[in-house]
Amino acid sequence: MDSIPILKIGNALLVTIQVDMHDQLANRLQEDLTTRIVQHRARGVLIDISALEIVDSFIGRMLANIASVSRLLDADTVVVGMRPEVAITLVELGLGLPGVKTALNAERGLAMIGGVDGRDSTDDADDD
Amino acid sequence: MAKSTTQTALARLIADGEAAILADWVRTMSSDTRISAQEAQGQGKEFLHALGKALATGNGSDIRAPEFNAVRDILAGFSRSRALQGFSPSETAIFVFSLKQALFERVRATTGDIQQMADSVWTLSLLLDQLGLYTVETFQKTREELIERQREEIEELSTPVVKLWEGIVALPLIGTLDSARTQVVMQNLLESIVQTGAEIAIIDITGVPTVDTLTAQHLLKTVSAARLMGADCLISGIRPQIAQTIVQLGVELNVTSKATLADALALALKRTGRSVEKSKNNGKPHEPAAEPRD
Repeated sequence: MDSIPILKIGNALLVTIQVDMHDQLANRLQEDLTTRIVQHRARGVLIDISALEIVDSFIGRMLANIASVSRLLDADTVVVGMRPEVAITLVELGLGLPGVKTALNAERGLAMIGGVDGRDSTDDADDD
Repeated sequence: MAKSTTQTALARLIADGEAAILADWVRTMSSDTRISAQEAQGQGKEFLHALGKALATGNGSDIRAPEFNAVRDILAGFSRSRALQGFSPSETAIFVFSLKQALFERVRATTGDIQQMADSVWTLSLLLDQLGLYTVETFQKTREELIERQREEIEELSTPVVKLWEGIVALPLIGTLDSARTQVVMQNLLESIVQTGAEIAIIDITGVPTVDTLTAQHLLKTVSAARLMGADCLISGIRPQIAQTIVQLGVELNVTSKATLADALALALKRTGRSVEKSKNNGKPHEPAAEPRD
């Protein structure tokens, strides 16, 4: 079964969704992501959906799920790179994705989480 | 058969008496001062000529026939230009209808046989009525095109997205927000967010005359769409009456709102980590030391 790659950038995890999502893939992504958040003590999750031309309620729900799960693990979720058409469609569908942070592009999203070596550096110092 | 004889007779009648008919016609037409006699003469001559030719070659009962192409083209062009110049439909149609008198006059003067005269008058009447209706139709179509074009222009003009600062765009809304416009507004706003990389979008509704539940819903949609793109929205320019209406309607606008665009801009600047200060030298042209002087 194929899976969606998760990249680690500093304290953040970057997920780029480029293929059609289906149940299994979404579950797999959610599992992988939670494991990786814990493993890397990630502070943020960036989900890049700039390649998606169609976002339906299924993906909307998946994003919301990932956000809630990540929040429990103390990681912010930022959905980045949504296309204007997609945003309009989602709003028309009544899916405003409340509880999910958004940013224009991955760079902004990363800055939102606290940069590549953001707030965590101080935490690390405390921990050590 | 009788019809075609009438037709031929009419064609000859027009061809022979073109000058006389034209003079008569122009006299009837020139009651309107906006058209010069010369212009009327020119248009009339062209039309009469085309009509004569069409009658000579074709069947007069149907103006949609290919023989009438030239006549229709002239009328369409004429009608279109009148419509654009702001003439009323009757002022435009009178061009064709006023020809009736001149032509009937001519028929009476040249036809001896009562039966034939009646035939001629009837054929002409039918023909001119059709042409008149065609004129009005074209007129109407031109006006509709005009209105449509103006609507599109207004739509484009009324939804500009203004860049106020690096990362801050404003959308001054003017006029009523309906579903179709919201769509355009949303699209414009989102596209400019992508283009300018704006973090904050200010929607200024000073120019929106009334806000009802539907308008509020449209506003909220725009706000959520912008949020999905990663931009924060502020709403400004809510007038006192509108604020009261919104509350009375029980609409919840879960957006930061400010009374004026200036306040919203100040907040946006603050959020993006900037501040505006009054210069110490009381607005004299001289800049603070950080700026290089000439």
